[in-house]
Amino acid sequence: MTTKDATYNYTIRLGDNALILGHRLSELCSRGPILEEDLALTNVALDMIGRAQALLKYAAELEGKGHTEDDIAYRRAEINYHNHLLIEQPNGDFAHTIARQLYLSVFEYLFYTELEKSKDATLAAIASKTIKEVKYHMQHAIDWTLRLGDGTIESHNRMQKGVNDLWMYTGELFEMDILDTYLLHQHIAVETIALKAKWQSEVEKVLTEATLSLPQDTYMQTGSKKGVHTENLGHILSEMQYLQRAYPDAKW
Amino acid sequence: MIMATDTQLDLWEVFIQSKSGLPYIHSGSVHASDVKMAMQNARDIYTRRGEGTSIWVVPAKHISASNPDDNDMLFDPSNDKIYRHPTFYVMPEGAKNI
Repeated sequence: MTTKDATYNYTIRLGDNALILGHRLSELCSRGPILEEDLALTNVALDMIGRAQALLKYAAELEGKGHTEDDIAYRRAEINYHNHLLIEQPNGDFAHTIARQLYLSVFEYLFYTELEKSKDATLAAIASKTIKEVKYHMQHAIDWTLRLGDGTIESHNRMQKGVNDLWMYTGELFEMDILDTYLLHQHIAVETIALKAKWQSEVEKVLTEATLSLPQDTYMQTGSKKGVHTENLGHILSEMQYLQRAYPDAKW
Repeated sequence: MIMATDTQLDLWEVFIQSKSGLPYIHSGSVHASDVKMAMQNARDIYTRRGEGTSIWVVPAKHISASNPDDNDMLFDPSNDKIYRHPTFYVMPEGAKNI
């Protein structure tokens, strides 16, 4: 494994997280609870798609086979996607969507703050831009968690169910495999395992203020680093890749 | 007095400043349950394409509007008094946005 190959794979993982979440959130377009919230979530989706574009473009460069970011985004098989399992989980009700956003954006804020120090200049530059966006995503998710958790009995129960249901997908965020370790030694990757305590205390602080409880530790789902996904990713890809599959090289 | 109730939360008016030093201009309104949400919604709806550098949000119920029936009294008297316009001054060179 060369540094370049490793960085390619690492960048694909980051890019897939942004790409798949961008798609998931775009499913909510025109379905927000109110018009303002509809725009807020699609705004987050657009940030994600912008980030995916930057990362997958860099991955294509590293790969050096003349592919574009679109080839990488739309023409891979499911097993070659490496987004976190948390990200491909369905939007569910609004509280579910917010719980997913909360877990993820607190993680991403910590993650990209570290990635900004990466020795890989492109990843560091993408990280600096991403932090500004993620800060806003995190604020949005925290505010809604507080409103729903500390709102009515109905909203409280739904928010608690959201954080409970998704808890088993959070362990994976901090996993490190051989690729992470290899790039960590070269000061390119982030030591995610070191972010866990901070993440948990941040999430717990928000949940407590929202009168919610931190879910009990349970069996944690895993697999995305090996390309093993929940059933949800296949459904996402069949919709997302439909146009490219049905009309290869279609142009506007 | 509450004019109408709906399920869309309270109404807030949004004012955007496009550049430091320029006046805040009314851009439209948003629905929100508190000032934080109003600010975020205003940001998401009215500054997505670089329109502004600063936002004011004001609860719509706190804005007093002039009564259209008073338009004759309020605005007509200024129509025919050209000397009220400061058009007799020379603009200082380099001064923008006066």
